[in-house]
Amino acid sequence: MAYVAVSGGQEAVENARALMEKYRQRGSREVDTGALENRMGLLIDRIMGEAGFYAPRYAALALKQAEGSPEEAVFLLRAYRSTLSRAHQSLPLDGAGMNIHRRISAAFKDIPGGQFLGATCDYTHRLLNFESADGEEPAGKEAAGEEAAPEGECPGPSGQTPRDTTADKSSQPVRANRLSQTLKEEGLLKQEEDTQAPQDITRQPLVFPAPRPARLQSLARADTGFISGLAYAGIRGFGPAHPTVGELRTGTLEVRIAHPLLEGECLVVGNICVTEVESFFSEEETAPGREEKEDPLKILESGQGDKADHSARPLSLAEGYGMVFGRNDTKAIAMSILDYSLDHEGDSPVQNQEFVLLHGDCLEMNGFISHLKLPHYVTFQSKLDRVRHTRGEER
Amino acid sequence: MKNYNFAFLDESSKRAVRRALLKAVAIPGYQVPFGSRELPIGRGWGTGGIQITLSIIGKKDILKVIDQGSDDSVNAISIRSFVRAATGVRTTTDSQEATLIQTRHRIPEIPLRGDQILVLQVPLPEPLRMVEPLESVTKRMHAEMDYAPIWLALYENIVRSGDIELGADYPVMVENRYIMMPSPIPRFDNPKLHKSPALHLFGAGREKKIYALPPYTDVRSLCFEDYPFRVEDMSGRVCRLCGAKDVFMDEFFDPASGKRLYQCSDSGYCEKRKENQPRG
Amino acid sequence: MDKPFALELDGLVVRYGKGCPLCTDSAQALQRNRCPRCGSIWAVRDISLRVREGEILGVVGESGSGKSTLMRALYLDSQPTAGGYYLGRYHDGKTNIYSISLQQRKYIRSHLLGMVYQNPHLGLRMFFSAGANVAEKLIAAGNRNVRSMMNRTGTLLEHIEVPLGRLKEPPVNFSGGMQQRLQIAKAVANNPPVLLLDEVTTGLDLSVQARVLDLVKRIQREFGVTMIVVSHDLAVVRMLAGRTVVMLDGRIIEQGITDQILEDPRHIYTQTLVNSLL
Repeated sequence: MAYVAVSGGQEAVENARALMEKYRQRGSREVDTGALENRMGLLIDRIMGEAGFYAPRYAALALKQAEGSPEEAVFLLRAYRSTLSRAHQSLPLDGAGMNIHRRISAAFKDIPGGQFLGATCDYTHRLLNFESADGEEPAGKEAAGEEAAPEGECPGPSGQTPRDTTADKSSQPVRANRLSQTLKEEGLLKQEEDTQAPQDITRQPLVFPAPRPARLQSLARADTGFISGLAYAGIRGFGPAHPTVGELRTGTLEVRIAHPLLEGECLVVGNICVTEVESFFSEEETAPGREEKEDPLKILESGQGDKADHSARPLSLAEGYGMVFGRNDTKAIAMSILDYSLDHEGDSPVQNQEFVLLHGDCLEMNGFISHLKLPHYVTFQSKLDRVRHTRGEER
Repeated sequence: MKNYNFAFLDESSKRAVRRALLKAVAIPGYQVPFGSRELPIGRGWGTGGIQITLSIIGKKDILKVIDQGSDDSVNAISIRSFVRAATGVRTTTDSQEATLIQTRHRIPEIPLRGDQILVLQVPLPEPLRMVEPLESVTKRMHAEMDYAPIWLALYENIVRSGDIELGADYPVMVENRYIMMPSPIPRFDNPKLHKSPALHLFGAGREKKIYALPPYTDVRSLCFEDYPFRVEDMSGRVCRLCGAKDVFMDEFFDPASGKRLYQCSDSGYCEKRKENQPRG
Repeated sequence: MDKPFALELDGLVVRYGKGCPLCTDSAQALQRNRCPRCGSIWAVRDISLRVREGEILGVVGESGSGKSTLMRALYLDSQPTAGGYYLGRYHDGKTNIYSISLQQRKYIRSHLLGMVYQNPHLGLRMFFSAGANVAEKLIAAGNRNVRSMMNRTGTLLEHIEVPLGRLKEPPVNFSGGMQQRLQIAKAVANNPPVLLLDEVTTGLDLSVQARVLDLVKRIQREFGVTMIVVSHDLAVVRMLAGRTVVMLDGRIIEQGITDQILEDPRHIYTQTLVNSLL
């Protein structure tokens, strides 16, 4: 069958679709979306984050329909999301009020409120476990009787490890102030009040320079691999600074909306699981004005004030912020690094807003690359015409 | 398609697109940013054009969808069947019968009328991108009509290689104000834009821009006084199916005879000519 | 003696930083050009100038004295904090250029001003051909005839003694002196009435310096262009400028006929400068 449409395109498209369906249904075993949702939780989280659409059940359905391709699943969710009208806007969510299931700090051994690992494979050995191959894994306790975990639950009680200091033995989620709060009170971390109204980039396209809410939203929706790679480049030498993960916390947040009738009241519409990261960077306190080069003529003006400036400038801490859907530590950390980089002007690629924000959208990057498969014979004909033309002139 | 609104998008989204269109029509050639929605069809596969089509289509419209001039190209089929499923409108391959034509890379050979709308899919809307990567800068350049860098790029092209080497998507000047990308139509189609009685709407979904040429807009391809704009040379080419001349041709290689063969790129036009020919 | 003026500046102020009541109210409060309370830099403070047609005005001062900021404001690269700017050839010198639209300013930059930057990277497109670099000014001024632009470019390259064979070569391959001469060719391509030269010879060998200065003098002689020549080097100014202003910490501290300043400097700073020349 010809690939370009000399004729028979309709038939070709239909056959391709049928064949695709055949591939998807290979073998005799059906995939249960409930099982996908429960057993592929990290993948579900990632897909929901990149889709900007918190709906585990739909994410599982999309994954099943997409033969397990994350970008296709994101695609399906985004397209569906487009059709939904927006009934309400939630009240701002504050990570400080999280019901915490996992909380760590790379900055301090001990932090007020304690650290607990929660569910993580950080300290496991990555050995293929042949015992868990087909059919040999015992059914989970929950799975035996129940369907998928309720929406917005972060799975699993917190694991007990030596690192845990105050982990709640009963595995109930706990609450704690953010570490950054303590540092701010001490005056070590810059206190920045962000009063900008959030902007929704799915409704209003990005304008540059992009305000911080738009930047954060772009990063939160970006492809995990893309922003991880960029952040990696940023800390490896193509960026301004190296971070310390001040605090990483995973847990659930209540999503609330203003009560439609009762003023001042609000309604809880559900819970979502998120990972939040605050990274700390040290930087020189910025003083306005620029350094002047050494100049012999300056001796003339000796004793006039300038000197004091050259003595040590105080250091202070600045923060980069990341928050993503579900359990996705790497993306949240990467986001915090890029948030900081974009906040500081400079020449490196990770400080270039347009470079970082315009090229990480899962749909946009995959869509544009895959469009190269479409026939381009008109444009190519045009190109060919120029090549022949100039060669003809040479002769 | 059950469970979905008429024309897929919700009404407020369609209104938002139409607001952008109104602004685009009011300022010919100016790129209006819009909140591009995601669709079941891939970004870069015509989502800008499709959003425009979905936002302006009515139940009485007759739709034609073409890709590379062909109604039967896989992408055209996919878009046509999506819009048909989402709206139930009638579709056609006859450009004269259609009220709304969505196209990628071609403008139909038969001149459009004032009661027709052509929707063009745009991959890269920014003509200044070839000289400036930053959106914030190009936006200001348009405002200041700072187009010298584009002209300089064309001039440099002439200095180095003796001619302007741009192929398709050859930039145009609109009403002596905005430089605009006509979408990757061949240069052959550029003159069709000038003073056309039809409304031309351009949508770039991934880049989130909409722009327009209202009827009878002045549209000129960039050129120097002594290096005039030239379209692709189609002279001496005859369509092997309908015998047409002086239209844009696709090229085929016939392995049997070792010769190059030609065929109308506009398949609807070709079909029509064949139907009207006396059988003999 | 009153020739019409080519360029006039009235009370130009360029401040970096927000400013505060202390530094806004009293210039005495500043330490050099910096406000001790809010840290704002007053890069240019209340500068007024009037340059006659065909005159060359020299501006000298150490680095950080505000010379380059002044030049950027004159070439409309930046918007100053306050002040008036008038060109004799624009609306008969009656319109403040800092108050007009960016589009109009673009017109002025393309038609009425030429600029040679200290750093050739600012003034040239290093990866475009030398020919296109010179033509850029012509294109910006609306020329759309390739042949006429090529002819003009050829003439100019000859003038600046760049072999025509290097027309297609990008300036990144050129020596420093050649890049500066190319910048000058570009700046004068449209015969602008006013030419701004910022440290054109800084960093060049002495022999190369001489060639560039010679070119500048020739241009002035042949075309009667009005020029403002900025340099930290009094020798350059002595060679080119009839009149000179001396800047320090964003202010003009002394001005007059160049020879007079050289022979009888009043300000202690100018005296140091003149002494360093000997």
